Amino acid sequence: MKWEQVMGLEVHLQLATQTKIFSGAANRFGAEPNRQACAVDLGMPGMLPVVNELAVKYAVMFGLSIDAAIGKRSVFDRKNYFYPDSPKGYQISQFFEPIVGEGSFTIPMPDGSTFPIRITRAHLEEDAGKSVHDAFAGQTGIDLNRAGTPLLEIVTEPDFRTAEQAVAYLKALHSLVTTLGISDGNMAEGSMRCDINLSLRAEGSDELGTRTEIKNVNSFRFVERAIGVEAERQRDILEDGGRIVQETRLYDADNNETRSMRSKEVANDYRYFPEPDLLPIIIDETYIETLRATLPELPGPKRQRFVQHYALSDYDAALLASERTLAAYFEAVTASCGEAKLAANWILGDLSAALNREDIGINQCPVTPEALAGLILRIADNTLSSKLAKQVFEGLWRGQGSAEDIIEAQGLEQVSDSGVLEAMIDEVIANNPAQVVQYKAADEGKRKKLSGFFVGQIMKASKGQANPQLLSTLLIKKLDR
Amino acid sequence: MTHTDLCYASATTLSGMLDNRDLSAVELTEHCLARIKRFDSQLNSVITLTEEQALVAAQAADQRRAVGEATPLTGIPLLHKDIFCTAGVKTTCASRMLQEFKPPYDATVVAKLSAAGAVTLGKTNMDEFAMGASNETSFFGAVANPWDTTRVPGGSSGGSAAAVAAGFAPLSTGTDTGGSIRQPAALCGITGLKPTYGRISRLGIIAFASSLDQAGPMARSAEDAAMMLNAMCGVDSGDSTSADVSVPDFTASLNRPIAGLRIGLPREYFGGDLDPDLAAHIHKALSELEAEGAQLVDIDLPHTRQAIATYYVIAPAEASANLSRYDGVRFGHRCDNPVDLMDLYERSRSEGFGAEVQRRILVGTYALSAGFYDAYFKKAQQVRRVISDDFQRAFSQVDVIAGPTAPSIAFHHGEKAADPIAMYMEDVYTLSVNLAGLPGMSVPAGLINGMPIGLQLIGRAFDEQTLLRAGHFFQQRTDWHTQRPTLAGTSS
Repeated sequence: MKWEQVMGLEVHLQLATQTKIFSGAANRFGAEPNRQACAVDLGMPGMLPVVNELAVKYAVMFGLSIDAAIGKRSVFDRKNYFYPDSPKGYQISQFFEPIVGEGSFTIPMPDGSTFPIRITRAHLEEDAGKSVHDAFAGQTGIDLNRAGTPLLEIVTEPDFRTAEQAVAYLKALHSLVTTLGISDGNMAEGSMRCDINLSLRAEGSDELGTRTEIKNVNSFRFVERAIGVEAERQRDILEDGGRIVQETRLYDADNNETRSMRSKEVANDYRYFPEPDLLPIIIDETYIETLRATLPELPGPKRQRFVQHYALSDYDAALLASERTLAAYFEAVTASCGEAKLAANWILGDLSAALNREDIGINQCPVTPEALAGLILRIADNTLSSKLAKQVFEGLWRGQGSAEDIIEAQGLEQVSDSGVLEAMIDEVIANNPAQVVQYKAADEGKRKKLSGFFVGQIMKASKGQANPQLLSTLLIKKLDR
Repeated sequence: MTHTDLCYASATTLSGMLDNRDLSAVELTEHCLARIKRFDSQLNSVITLTEEQALVAAQAADQRRAVGEATPLTGIPLLHKDIFCTAGVKTTCASRMLQEFKPPYDATVVAKLSAAGAVTLGKTNMDEFAMGASNETSFFGAVANPWDTTRVPGGSSGGSAAAVAAGFAPLSTGTDTGGSIRQPAALCGITGLKPTYGRISRLGIIAFASSLDQAGPMARSAEDAAMMLNAMCGVDSGDSTSADVSVPDFTASLNRPIAGLRIGLPREYFGGDLDPDLAAHIHKALSELEAEGAQLVDIDLPHTRQAIATYYVIAPAEASANLSRYDGVRFGHRCDNPVDLMDLYERSRSEGFGAEVQRRILVGTYALSAGFYDAYFKKAQQVRRVISDDFQRAFSQVDVIAGPTAPSIAFHHGEKAADPIAMYMEDVYTLSVNLAGLPGMSVPAGLINGMPIGLQLIGRAFDEQTLLRAGHFFQQRTDWHTQRPTLAGTSS
């Protein structure tokens, strides 16, 4: 039987506010345990939550960017459960009336195509603390630094069929939230955590199968692998005539498998009810329109603009538009040199390779957009061959000055003087009579290949600086004479 | 002035004496502390006495008076219900769970009263986590009613009521979730006001039922309550449910005549169940207000009967979540040698909470459970709105609603302890006021068998002024509020 995978994703996105969602404690990653948790975060008696308005603003910004209905009235609820890293014994979340309703999102795929997915809802809630199991022998430590970090939980409809789509969605979501500036999207630090709901059904069926939920998968690669192994596990069970147990599973990256999470002794009943310590959030049209007007250009429209305005390929446009800083860099280079296609090639090629090699982001790039533009101008006016350009780029990267400086200092200027080139050609022809005879005897097809020998010799003699196009024209002229 | 007279002087009188240097705050504080130390063994109204801090605060108050920077409350002693967090001072909520808990912060109410210069003498006994109407659920033992120590003082602010009635302090703080200021005020013969929900910040008050809890003043007169309320109110950025409404000077409007005031008498409060003796006293009290020019009007609050069931779904439901934080992990009681997490939770909570608290957690958890939410919690919320609408309608006809505060005089210790429903009936007249979020006040209105009874006045939202005015005029015409109980070992 052919099986179809059906997946919906839930993403917990940490919002990049200065302070926590319900307290004034700092919202930063990596502090000493419990140094970033105040009395509210600790759930101390008598302490009360106060909503961080910036978290609300960020949630609305997200909603607007996916054309979602914004809840004019949204309500916080208490989700009750006991766990040591949940200090109050309940999590403040939104269950009955979330701040962001149904929306939609267009995902660019690596092949340049797009596909739409539906967002079910997005709601605000507080993150839990962390249980630390390896710091004290035989005991569990509790670190409440993370408790109260603002989260936006983004839930999709079961619209995904392949792992590739799921990863493309997460990348597009990452791109969207970092463009909006509402999250740093740092998956390694848990700023973006993904739960995958996955079920299989016979291809062609309309009914959904029993699903499992894989919790807290924290990298694009793990998402892809977790989907692969979980789908395989379910397929094996179904093909053996077994049934899928609806449960929560954990992806174990070390063994590349999903495991059932230790089942709770009783089924979870979260006993949601409206949080009486907080008033409903009331959002009016003016607030929404003001925010809408200040939204930055989003990756989707930016992608389209790059294609139309700069004549880039869908693929290049999608890559460049996916990161706000990268897109800004591209536009700065292009503005400075007027060569969009070359700029895109260099940024996505040599520059990205160098950034990856050094493991740094575009915002830490040692080559300024103006410097790169200077290099591109010298390529465009044929001063530099692509080989020489790479050499100049390395110089730019190492801070050896502008493209002009490097060309001058290293004498890298392309030799485009036909007199100089002709002298070089004459010398090579004089020194290699046998090859000249061979060339002249050959037919049209072979001649092209044989000319390569002379080009190589001259390039060697010119230290690579000969203008390849001019050289080729002059050489053929002389050989054919 | 004798020691006893001094201890029974009104806060208003004492404030004048402090102003005139007839008395120092240190002397006054010493009188109060001495009285507490001498007589509280009979009452058990105080859990923690903060003698040293009190004297330091009193000295500071005297200095403040000396430099002319005093408020009316500067140097006036008061006691805080042990539900208000006090920085560095044990705040137990009368529970074993918080037996040793010292918060690192003051409740907003405590901070405001301290900033006004009031001198905190200590923390008063109460029903555990404010759950009770007799002050018998305290981990630190029951409180006795100073009018008859075999009887209860009411609850949950029983310690605060008994202490003020016994002359330990002219003022105390209370909280009222379903009647916990008004009912003990009635049973101990003092004046207690539960302001409108949102009038006073809840920050730093240990939560029982968040949508119902409200702090308020307990005093020996409406005038004193007004003076204290002036220092307690105001919006607090730390409590989202505190109301951003203007705070009037409650003292300034006390003497505005009440002629023409329309007072509604709900038929449901004066129906067949009401004790005839109590009814007679209430009618007599209302005739005093009539004599001041108020009009008495019969009104209906048709859903009064539903208030108890509604309250005993909503309050326990909220409490069940509010009390989840007491899990033995970060603060509060932790059981010895837990074998695993479940054991830690179960034993810490079973040992830390008393029977009534456990009962309400169970009731509340049940009411919120899957499959029961709609039938209980959601239904209760709907009925709450209907009850609120009843009051809205009534207040289109009248300015104040009046009736008894409690259905009977203080009962004997143990009389209702085994029957939770009978105990819950104690709040039949008070808890609909909390459900509607309205202000309510109890003033002493007579003695039956030597025990005080209370007249309850209910007002429109944020109209505490009218209640205080009516109470003040009533107290100008009557002397029930100046009656004193006799404690064993005193001549007066």
